[in-house]
Amino acid sequence: MSANGYFGEFGGRYVPEILLPALLQLETAYEQYRQDPCFREELAHYLTTYVGRPTPLYYARRLTEHLGGGKIYLKREDLNHTGSHKLNNSLGQTLLAQKMGKRKIIAETGAGQHGVATATAAALLGCACTIFMGAEDVRRQSLNVFRMKLLGAQVVEVRSGTQTLKDAINEAMRCWAARVRDSHYLIGSVVGPHPYPTMVRDFQSVIGEEVKQQILEKEGKLPDYLIACVGGGSNAMGLFSPFLNEREVKMIGVEAAGQGISTGKHAAPLNVGSKGVLHGALSYILQDGDGQILPAHSLSAGLDYPGAGPEHSYLKDSGRAQYLSVTDEEALSAFQMLSRWEGIIPALESAHALAYVLKLAPSLAAEQVLVVNLSGRGDKDVQTVSKLLGGEAGE
Amino acid sequence: MCKRSVNYWGVKPVSRIGQTFQELKAKGEKALIPYVSCGDPSLEFTEQLVLKLSKAGADLLELGIPYSDPVADGPTIQKASQRALAAGVKLEGILRMAASLRGKIQTPLIFMTYFNVIYRYGLKQFVDRSLYAGIDGVIVPDLPPEEAGAFKRLMDEAELDLIFLAAPTSTGERLQKIASCARGFIYCVSVTGVTGSREKINADLATFIEKVRSHTDLPLAVGFGIANPLMARQVAPLAEGVIVGSSIIERIEANLPLINEQPDVVIEEICAYVTELKKAINFTKESIG
Repeated sequence: MSANGYFGEFGGRYVPEILLPALLQLETAYEQYRQDPCFREELAHYLTTYVGRPTPLYYARRLTEHLGGGKIYLKREDLNHTGSHKLNNSLGQTLLAQKMGKRKIIAETGAGQHGVATATAAALLGCACTIFMGAEDVRRQSLNVFRMKLLGAQVVEVRSGTQTLKDAINEAMRCWAARVRDSHYLIGSVVGPHPYPTMVRDFQSVIGEEVKQQILEKEGKLPDYLIACVGGGSNAMGLFSPFLNEREVKMIGVEAAGQGISTGKHAAPLNVGSKGVLHGALSYILQDGDGQILPAHSLSAGLDYPGAGPEHSYLKDSGRAQYLSVTDEEALSAFQMLSRWEGIIPALESAHALAYVLKLAPSLAAEQVLVVNLSGRGDKDVQTVSKLLGGEAGE
Repeated sequence: MCKRSVNYWGVKPVSRIGQTFQELKAKGEKALIPYVSCGDPSLEFTEQLVLKLSKAGADLLELGIPYSDPVADGPTIQKASQRALAAGVKLEGILRMAASLRGKIQTPLIFMTYFNVIYRYGLKQFVDRSLYAGIDGVIVPDLPPEEAGAFKRLMDEAELDLIFLAAPTSTGERLQKIASCARGFIYCVSVTGVTGSREKINADLATFIEKVRSHTDLPLAVGFGIANPLMARQVAPLAEGVIVGSSIIERIEANLPLINEQPDVVIEEICAYVTELKKAINFTKESIG
């Protein structure tokens, strides 16, 4: 990564002047504390005693045998406190905010996972917390709204634009502009202006670091494939980043093809988007010929975002990672399959990564190893899936 | 695309924006800079409105190019942008409208838009077409000096003014950086927040403006939140110009059905408001004179 937070040509800090001093302050503070042994120790302490890390790397024997091919390991981020990988980052940033003397936290949320994680971290560390959530997502994830309120957060329903994650970020940035002196904006993915894509990646890279150690213990070698879903891309970056220099490890990010790439109703900017600036960074985004941002479509609220992080954009162009997509339907079927064959109900987001594994694993030799990031648990999606399946949980 | 001519001594001529500020200063006046959102609710309406505003007291005009995700804007301008986009307004149409306006009025015209609109169109093409359309400057609220490099070089080559914003949160070091690359004027953001009408002027405004002035000789224009003639009058003595946006758009928003039937009536109402604003900012001079 070069100065000013660029990954190749991607990234940057395309934000109003009003926010720039706060970003510079955040960058300086992050640079200082990331190397501070006390800060690292404190964060590690919370990750162990509160979040429940390290999370298991689980060999999915029945699924592997059923598919007949490569060995499938699941990185169980769903077993973290609050049910997803999001708390790794929320906790890191809330601690950092506290060190910076900012005791008010602002965040956006799509599926509600990041909102719940942030509300949790704020409750743990005694900070005030305001969460912005698109009205459409509030409808889709009403239980998570209640969870956030229970945790003491104020939830603001966003009715502008497409009323989803993209607009929640817009509104959070506007709110931050008005309260920038005493508030920290806690972005939940590897998107946004520098230093967020780097900082969020670092806080999430605990996932990949654990995997590296765990897979060496279990298999005595590094994995052949790392597979993760990509919305903004934080769980994928967290898994990938410690392996970037291990050239033999292939990395696959799975985007949401929604109703199908050809229908235009998808959330796959790395597959079919173009370069542009959204939420303060240059990356692959969904836009029309005039640079207007196009709405994304996915069954999964957490992937329903028309951009992907700048580092993913860079990894795509450099060829270090490959980005593919699966449809709503394929994800839904993977969602049921993991429930049936392993007794694990995955988040719809994570089901996208699994859906690709269902295609890939049978084509691999038995000694090949795949690690899938099971980024979250599916309890939040049970209602949505129940409606889609007409109350019938498969055959 | 040809550059504007350089005079006999090789000195760059002052831009139309700079010249306007100089002329106003000579008359002891302040500049009134209304903002309109292009295509809200149609480009025909915007063109007529801008023509009339230039005769009703507008000294410079900001033409907003709508963007789907305007993070520096409050609800009023967000809705105006959405109305324009829903009506199918395109950048090509806006450029044609600007060229048509330039054929009829001499008022400096300044585009205001977000960087993705420019990036997607192509930086060079955007600058070339803006120059061709007779645009004098461009304001890009999400393009701080650090990210402006390539676009600024093209704007400088075309001798168009890239106008930067200074915010109450800007440090001295940042103000120095902004001043060093600014042209035309510096847009001073009067509030810590987004655009949209406020109830009163921020008490620290004078201190902030003085701080900006200590870094530059360029004219300063104050915008964000100025919602009525009284507020405009309070701000005017501090700066060289006053920018008013949301409170003009509120008058469009409140009259949408009427615009369909009798656009002239609404344009007249807005012009009357702008005339009132212009009188308000020059009140001090009139009261002395």
